[in-house]
Amino acid sequence: MPARTGGRRLLRYLPVLPALLLLLVFLAGPVFWAFQASFTNIGLTGRNARNPEWVGLENYQRLLLDPVFPLSLGLTVLFVAGSAVLGQNLLGLALAVLMRRARPAVSSLVGMAVVAAWVLPEIVAAFAAYAYFSRDGTLNQLLGGLGMAQPDWLYSWPMAAVVLANVWRGTAFSMLVYRAALNDVPTEVAEAAQMDGAGGWQRLAFITLPMIRGSIATNLMLITLQTLAVFTLIWVMTAGGPANASTTLPVLAYQEAFKFGDIGYGTAVASVLLLIGAVFGVGYIRLLREEKR
Amino acid sequence: MTAAPARAPKAAPPQGATGPGRPGHRRSSPADVALLVLGACFVLPLLWLVLASFDAGAGHETRVPGAVTLDNFAAVMTPGLLLRPLWNSLLLSAGTAAVTLGAAVLTAYPLSRYRSRFNTPFMYAVLLGTCLPITAIMVPVYGLFVQLELLDSIPATMLFMAATALPMAIWMTKNFMDGVPVSLEEAAWVDGASRMTALRTIVLPLMRQGLGVVFIFVFIQAWGNFFVPFVLLLSEAKQPAAVSIFSFFGQHGAVAYGQLAAFSILYSLPVLALYVIVARGAGSSFALSGAVRG
Repeated sequence: MPARTGGRRLLRYLPVLPALLLLLVFLAGPVFWAFQASFTNIGLTGRNARNPEWVGLENYQRLLLDPVFPLSLGLTVLFVAGSAVLGQNLLGLALAVLMRRARPAVSSLVGMAVVAAWVLPEIVAAFAAYAYFSRDGTLNQLLGGLGMAQPDWLYSWPMAAVVLANVWRGTAFSMLVYRAALNDVPTEVAEAAQMDGAGGWQRLAFITLPMIRGSIATNLMLITLQTLAVFTLIWVMTAGGPANASTTLPVLAYQEAFKFGDIGYGTAVASVLLLIGAVFGVGYIRLLREEKR
Repeated sequence: MTAAPARAPKAAPPQGATGPGRPGHRRSSPADVALLVLGACFVLPLLWLVLASFDAGAGHETRVPGAVTLDNFAAVMTPGLLLRPLWNSLLLSAGTAAVTLGAAVLTAYPLSRYRSRFNTPFMYAVLLGTCLPITAIMVPVYGLFVQLELLDSIPATMLFMAATALPMAIWMTKNFMDGVPVSLEEAAWVDGASRMTALRTIVLPLMRQGLGVVFIFVFIQAWGNFFVPFVLLLSEAKQPAAVSIFSFFGQHGAVAYGQLAAFSILYSLPVLALYVIVARGAGSSFALSGAVRG
C-alpha cells in the first residue's frame, strides 16, 4: 500500500516535468557550467575552444591581479548603490507619497510618464538615454539654456550618465511597489497621528515608513538584483568606456568572453556576479519567509 | 495600474467636491507642482524620440522639426529593415510566452492542489530562480549552446528565454490558481473527470484573465530583450528587432537619427499597447509587481 501511494504521488507530480527539464538544462546547467569553466582556459575560438585545459584557480588569481577587476567591482557597487538603492528607491518612494497628495488626474498622468520609460524595450530606452546625454543632447541644451557648463557627459562623466539613465529607466518599479504598499496602510492610523499634532514629515518617518518596511526591504532586494544585471543600457550608452570608466561586471564578463575570446576568464567574472546575486537572492527569500511568519 | 488604482478615500468626499483649495483637504497644489516637475524629467528623454522621428534632419538635440515629415517612417518600413526583424520578434516572443505559459500551468497545478513536503522547497528554488542575474549566465549559456550546436537557432533561443521567464511565471500562475476554489473541481471529479480534464475545463477558464497577464508579461519581456538574442542569434535573417536595430544603427557609421527614432517607435508600440491592456484589465490589483511580492 505505501509503495502504491508513493507511486501515485509521484505520478501526480508528472506535469512538473517539462518545466523542471527546462530549468535544469537552461538555468541550472549554465550556472554549474560557469563554475566549472571558470577553472579552465576555454576560449571562444581556436585550440582552447575544442580542448580546454584545467587551469585550477588561475583565472581567479588573474582576477585579483588584474587592475580592471577591482575597478569594475567598485563601479558595479557604485552603479547599484547610486541608481537603485538611492536613486530608484528614494525617487520611487517620493513619487508614491506625492501621488497620494496630488490630484488624481495629475498623479495618473505622471504615473504614465514614469512607467513609459520602464515599459519601453531596453534597447529603445538606451538609445533615448544616449541621445539625452550626448554632447549636443537634450540635457546640454537645458544646461545651455540656463547658462551653465555643458560637459560631454558620456565621455567625462560616464558613470553619472549611466546612473541617472538607470534611475530614469527603473524608478517605475519602486514607484508601483510603494504605491501598492501605501494603499495598504490604514488611513485611520495616519488620521489619529494627525489629530495628535504630527506633521507630514513626522507621520511619514514614524508611522508610514515603519508600516511599509517589509515592502521597502523587498523592493531594495529586487531592484538591487535587477540593477546588478543591467547590461544593455551601459553597452549602448558607453560600451563600458572610455577606458573602462563605466565597465560594470556584466560588461566586463561580456568583453572578456566575446571581445577578447577568453571564455574561461569571462566565466570567472560571471561566477563572481552569480555569487553576489545568490547572496542577495537568499537574503530576499529569507525576508519573505520572515514576513510570512 | 497607471489608471490611478482605487484607494480608500479619506472621508469619502461627495463627488465633484474634490477641487483644489478646499480647506483641510489633502490634495494640495505643491504636491501637484512637484509631481509635474518630476514627470517632466521623465518625459524629456522620450520627447527627443518622438520629435526626431518626424524630423528629416534629426540629430541628438531635441527640437521641433522644421517640417513634419513621415519620411523616416517610410525609409525604415522595408521588409529587410523592419518587417522581418519584427516578424522574428513576434515569433520569438509569442513562442517563448506560449512555452512558458504551458509549462507554468502544468507545474502550478500539482503545486496548487496537492500538499507535499516537495512544494515549499520547490517554490523557494523557483523564487531563487527569479533572482538569477541572467546577464551573468549569458557567457556560460553561449558555451553550452556551442557545445550542443544550438547556436543561431530560434527554437533553442526560445526555449532558453522560456526557461529564464519560467520562475516568475510559475510563481504568478500558482498565485492565480490558488484563487480558484478546489470545491468547483471536486464536483467534476465526482462526475468522473480526470485531474487534467478538470484543469482544462474548469480551472483554466476561471483563471483566463490571470493567464492573459502571465502571457503578456512574458511576451513583453521577450519582445524587449536585447542581450539574449544578441548573444545567441548570429545570422541577420534570424535576429529580432532589438538586435537588428542595434546592429544597423549602432555599427554602420553615420547614424540616421530620424530613422532610428522612427524604428524605435514602431518597435515599441506593440508592447506599450499590451501594457495598457494589462494595466486596464488588472485594474487596481497591481498584477505585475503584486505577483513579485508573492
